[in-house]
Amino acid sequence: MSRISDAFADGPAFVPYLAAGDPNYEASLSYVEALERGGADIIELGLPFSEPIAEGPTIQSAIVRSLEGGMTPPRFFEFVADLDVDVPLVCMTYYNLIYQFGEGTERGPEAFVRRAAEVGIEGFVVPDLPAEEAAPLREACDAHDCELVFIVAPTTKGERLERIMSQVSGYVYVQARLGTTGARTDLSDRTEESLARIAEWDVPKAVGFGISSGDHAQRVIEAGADGVIVGSALVDIIAQGVERGDPPVTVANRLESKARELKQGALRGAPPSNEQPHPERT
Amino acid sequence: MSSHTGKFGEYGGQYVPEALMPAIEELDDAYERYVLENEDGFMDDFRERLADFGGRPTPLQKAHRLSDRYDRDVYLKREDLLHGGAHKLNNALGQVLLAKYMGKDRIIAETGAGQHGTATAMACAHLGMPCEVYMGRRDINRQRPNVFRMRLNGAAITPVTVGRGTLKEAISETMRDWATNVEDTHYVIGSVVGPHPFPSMVRDFQRVISEEAREQMIEKAGRLPDSVLTCAGGGSNTMGLFAEFVPDEDVDLYAVEAGGSSLEVDEAEGVAPNSATLSTGTEGVLHGSRTRVLQDRDGQIMESHSVSSGLDYAGVGPELADLVDRGRVTAVNVADDPALEGFHRLSQLEGIIPALESAHAVAYVEENHEDLGEVILLNISGRGDKDLETVLEETHDRDIENAPEMETFAETGGF
Repeated sequence: MSRISDAFADGPAFVPYLAAGDPNYEASLSYVEALERGGADIIELGLPFSEPIAEGPTIQSAIVRSLEGGMTPPRFFEFVADLDVDVPLVCMTYYNLIYQFGEGTERGPEAFVRRAAEVGIEGFVVPDLPAEEAAPLREACDAHDCELVFIVAPTTKGERLERIMSQVSGYVYVQARLGTTGARTDLSDRTEESLARIAEWDVPKAVGFGISSGDHAQRVIEAGADGVIVGSALVDIIAQGVERGDPPVTVANRLESKARELKQGALRGAPPSNEQPHPERT
Repeated sequence: MSSHTGKFGEYGGQYVPEALMPAIEELDDAYERYVLENEDGFMDDFRERLADFGGRPTPLQKAHRLSDRYDRDVYLKREDLLHGGAHKLNNALGQVLLAKYMGKDRIIAETGAGQHGTATAMACAHLGMPCEVYMGRRDINRQRPNVFRMRLNGAAITPVTVGRGTLKEAISETMRDWATNVEDTHYVIGSVVGPHPFPSMVRDFQRVISEEAREQMIEKAGRLPDSVLTCAGGGSNTMGLFAEFVPDEDVDLYAVEAGGSSLEVDEAEGVAPNSATLSTGTEGVLHGSRTRVLQDRDGQIMESHSVSSGLDYAGVGPELADLVDRGRVTAVNVADDPALEGFHRLSQLEGIIPALESAHAVAYVEENHEDLGEVILLNISGRGDKDLETVLEETHDRDIENAPEMETFAETGGF
């Protein structure tokens, strides 16, 4: 078992996302570390791409801030190496950056995954890479013991489910609603339906897109998910900090407490179990 | 051609979010049945509408004064005379009709110069479909007449303000809308770009240009041309014009790109002051397909530039990229200034005010006619009405040699 699948073994996992380098390198390091203190079990780190077609306005703005702050793939790997966290890290990015990485004949997925694995990345989510085009990245992941996480959308049905099931590893990212990423005040009623379609899959199911509160997290876990993925609700805290000119330490504290709210919500949603009393984090 | 696999050599494919994949598979199925197999008489319906609503066939005109100037025969394929003033209607009408056959009830589109948006809005009005068009803020300012035309045809216009506010950003934004509303909405991509089946399907809707042009050449000149030229941005009129000539090995095909103000790039700023993707771009993945793109060494997409907003795009159709790699199509480029000269030349010598896009191809002939053989076919992809304000401003700022006196108009702030 990889550290990524292990993260789901002891009850519901909380999987936050931040764009690395948002709004700058130093602050971003402290924000990612704050998420771990708040209870993150896995952290998804965005490596920003200039055309993030799967993202809504919140994460798109984070990507713009990060790029303007000088984030590049090589810098991203330094960032990961500089992070002081113990939880497994997943890199979320777009295929062109993977495809272009490296020098000369070494360019491409193998070079990218090798470098990522060196600095401690253990998995990848690539939203514009469907299962049909994923073979080169899959091979590179296998060669370096990394997981390749795929997204299952509300529209994914029939043969496509089979195709994804045969490729997915680590966890499956269940997209709770159509559209792009973004925090919502309501929760999609398509979550249960989506989870039911993949109930038989032998891989943890983490639900994302639109989760913004502990209450949402609880309901997603109650609906049968093994984990919750939260991006925009956290990125909003950074955006707010930038807008108000708050010091990074204040923003980090807010992130930590939001993370705790989401993690606790997820724990509340878990079925009661004698072996696994809910651990209370403080 | 490999329309069934969606791959052109190494190019093409489907690089899109999972939520869109089922819609793309559904579209692929509809493309095969309706377009390739003419199920339910779709293609007959399409061709009839192109004739009655669109005004096809468009003429092939011998350009006598240009022919005299270059001492060879120059023929113009007059796509500027298609309804709406550009080749864009061929594709827009095809896709909106296809969406209707598929039972979709909403159309979205993106537009750069506004020609595709205008064509889509017209096709939607014609077929009774609601239409929303995404357009970069900067392009809205550059192309006001087209924005007004879209509104007149009942389309909603959504300005896109991220980035530099041009076509690249508008495409990303339209993809986001599609990902949200994919179940009832069809995205009419405006060029031979995007995930399979768009590059093949758009080429097939535009193929009518070369079907007509090839036949008309034989009828009028008694032979095929030595060279065929047209402008290339995303490449839809380019592939439409080339498609039927590709097997004619003796016919040279030239894709004329926008050289902008320079072919050099500013990596630090992430800006390419040109849109010459075939000439200077490298292989990458953008907006759903693997193709040539303008990007920095990390793979971040560059902002492109052209005086002509219809060519201002950092990518290009995968099939065209493959044809260039294989040596079947020659990619060349023309800078902003000669393009403006070409605009004025065709206006003065032939009484045809071309789109700034087409003016690039006109300008290439001026400089290189001696290498283009005895019989030249030049596509006038669109008319220049939409570009008048841009031309006024740019001609005034740049001191273009063959331009008429513009002072009076410039002083009164345009039209």
